[in-house]
Amino acid sequence: MKRLCYALFISLGILVLMAGGSSVVQAQDKTLILATTTSTQDTGLLDVLIPIFEKQTGYFVKTIAVGSGQAMTMGQKGEADVLLVHSPAAEKKFMEDGFGVSRRLVMHNDFIIVGPSDDPAKIKGLKSAGEAFKKIAAAQALFISRGDNSGTHAKEKDIWKVAGVKYEGEKWYQQTGLGMGQTLNVAAEKKAYTLADRGTYLAVAKTMKLDILVEGDAVLLNIYHVMEVNPQKWPKANIAAAKAFADFMVSKETQEIIKTYGIDKYGSPLFFPDAGKKVEDLGK
Amino acid sequence: MDLIIEGIKKAFWLLVSFDPEVLGITFLSLKVSGTATLISLIIGISVGASVALTRFPGRRFAVSLINTGMALPPVVVGLFVTIFLWRNGPLGVLGILYTPLAMIIAQAVIATPIVMGITLAAVQQLPAKLRLQILALGATRLQMVWILIKEAKLSLLAAVMAGFGGVISEVGASIMVGGNIKGYSRVLTTATVMETGRGNFDVAIALSIILLLLAYLINLVLTQVQQRERAR
Amino acid sequence: MSRKSAIFEVRDLQVIRGGSLILNIPSLVVSDGEILVLIGPNGAGKSTLLTALSALLKPTRGEILFGGRKIGTEIPLLQYRRRLAMVLQEPLLFDTTVQNNVASGLKIRGTKRDEAEPIVSKTLERFGIAHLRDRSARTLSGGEARRASIARAFATNPEVLLLDEPFSALDPIMRETLLEDLEKVLRETKITTIFVTHDRVEALRLATRLGVMNTGNILQTGSADEVMNHPVNEFVASLVGVENLLHGRVIKKNETSFIASVSGQDIEATGPLKSGDPVVLCVRPENVTLSDIVSGGPAGRRNTFPANVERITPMGPYQKVQLNCGFPLVTYVTSHALSALSIKQGTEVLASFEVTAVHAISKASGTSPP
Repeated sequence: MKRLCYALFISLGILVLMAGGSSVVQAQDKTLILATTTSTQDTGLLDVLIPIFEKQTGYFVKTIAVGSGQAMTMGQKGEADVLLVHSPAAEKKFMEDGFGVSRRLVMHNDFIIVGPSDDPAKIKGLKSAGEAFKKIAAAQALFISRGDNSGTHAKEKDIWKVAGVKYEGEKWYQQTGLGMGQTLNVAAEKKAYTLADRGTYLAVAKTMKLDILVEGDAVLLNIYHVMEVNPQKWPKANIAAAKAFADFMVSKETQEIIKTYGIDKYGSPLFFPDAGKKVEDLGK
Repeated sequence: MDLIIEGIKKAFWLLVSFDPEVLGITFLSLKVSGTATLISLIIGISVGASVALTRFPGRRFAVSLINTGMALPPVVVGLFVTIFLWRNGPLGVLGILYTPLAMIIAQAVIATPIVMGITLAAVQQLPAKLRLQILALGATRLQMVWILIKEAKLSLLAAVMAGFGGVISEVGASIMVGGNIKGYSRVLTTATVMETGRGNFDVAIALSIILLLLAYLINLVLTQVQQRERAR
Repeated sequence: MSRKSAIFEVRDLQVIRGGSLILNIPSLVVSDGEILVLIGPNGAGKSTLLTALSALLKPTRGEILFGGRKIGTEIPLLQYRRRLAMVLQEPLLFDTTVQNNVASGLKIRGTKRDEAEPIVSKTLERFGIAHLRDRSARTLSGGEARRASIARAFATNPEVLLLDEPFSALDPIMRETLLEDLEKVLRETKITTIFVTHDRVEALRLATRLGVMNTGNILQTGSADEVMNHPVNEFVASLVGVENLLHGRVIKKNETSFIASVSGQDIEATGPLKSGDPVVLCVRPENVTLSDIVSGGPAGRRNTFPANVERITPMGPYQKVQLNCGFPLVTYVTSHALSALSIKQGTEVLASFEVTAVHAISKASGTSPP
């Protein structure tokens, strides 16, 4: 009996030692905190790019995937070194307020309006996202929003503005506060409409009964920038690593990887590389 | 229904094929929660026993504090630990946010009041004169506390199970302070949330099954120990 | 007092709890090798005294000397406590085997397992529980548990053994057996013992010296014979079983004895009292004999009175007979004797007791002279 106790104790002790032994804490200057969005992480692109970056540079990247709002806040508070987000209006303000020291275009994907196959609001094939939203409101068809201040949510609010209809507090408008994948799931379960980024949709579409109903409108473009946090405001930030990552994201090799990512799995690429281009030229 | 069956099939496959990522996640879950439980045992049992055995001003307040601590919401712990460990927070210089160490700390904070509260109740339940008898046998104060702890071992084993159970299943604080970083701070619970968020329900169910199995096995061992003590 | 060396010396010991004085011992000496039995009602302070003697309680005032040295100052408390052993009312065994329990005192003192083994075995044998050595303490009966508890104390080879009512919750047969065994061990080992009880029979069995306590004070100490037959006051008298306390006044003083008038009857007794002194005469019931009123009392016995049997109450093996001789008198007779004398309620008999069986307590001072 006593021996069993000792044995348990010792094995636990070994576990503890191993916990201490392995890379529990990395050296500060070799660590990069990358704040990005859940939808970006859910596409799996970072799972491919990060290991390449780490091998090339020796940095250890901590990818913290949260909503766009939280990612920006982390940048503002100096809790992240570099941001990879897709919320242009908020990003501009971020740079204006001096929180970021560089903002570079990386890639884009687009948003699509998805919904049930029977399409009660009859929006299939419409060229204008705003038009589609107007019709959804008119039909009082169930619409699921992420409602989490993410890039997707910000885009959605923009489109509602364009449509010029009341949606807040309406019975048919529901907010989940969840990530893109889960929100798509809720929409599928409730046979509702929602706005999603194509990447996540393609990644999870296999299990859901949601069709792409509206796509291609310029307003539906989802543009990704990489921003380095301003060391003047936050001297503790790892600016060297941040710069290295930003450089990496716009480098030719990386852009190639981005171009082809998703083809073998989904038949079409999830992203379109845009480094060096001008925003106005996109989607044309 | 077939989703669950898919999940079970996937779980079986993942385990049998020793999928390295899943193994890594499982092992990390054990490491983090095991260490946190160990820490909580050391602090919880010693403080719990001391409070049970000592009269001091404000004791009643301390006891209610401990009992409230047992119901501490894990996400609240996660939030506060995060705030402390932020780069610009009071303990930011340690640079341990988004590490398994931070998860161990958060989980230890969650488990310690649980162990403390149960130990407190267990030691208080011992016969009042037992203390006297032990001292009368010539024990030092320290020896007395140790003997009393041994006398309460059945309840203390329950405390271990409660503490471990509380943290192996914890997800809110673990995500906040750990960051769910692939291959580094991702554990069974945080991976399950992520996979569910992505819509990969079969993987999520598989991970859940593994988590349940893990928790069951550990508790099986502990229960055996506890009941074996009883039967003698 | 015996000439043996004093093991304990208590001076001006006082314990105040919650504003009241619960223990007040101006002086107490316990000699090496004696078995001091403390009796008294509940709340008399017996357990408190024991706890104070084992240094488990810090007295408000006073000091305790052990072998001539003050405990706490001249002898470190831990060291002191390890030279005694105390057994409480409840066995309070540990949740392990009997063997481990008995060894626990030794383990606490850091004795190595192989050294402790033979001592433990011997102790288990001595208390007749060697066959239980591997049993879990939880499965023992009341009597077995108490043996184990005492064995545990004994295994540490203490210089003094303190026992606080260890047999109080047992049935009479078990009590008797345990008492016998304990007595045997005590006589063999000659360990100084302080034994607390509220049972007179136990007290008489074990004591080399008896101490009577009440409300925190020691009222009288002495040999069993002294205390039982010459109680120092009425309270002690009733505690030691003197059921006949006859109040009267001395009316005549002789050379060797005196006559006291009690409820109109003359009773002869001995003692240094003067004529006119108020007195309480103590007569132990076992010293009262009954005889046929026709055939007369024992020849030459002066204290013989016609009595009416008022009540007969069965008391276990004996019958308690309450008589009226003009003053109330109690005696205990076997059922056999009762039927032999054809005694029933209302029968007229002769009750008598020897002059020397009467102990006089002077009411003038409230105590009897030593």
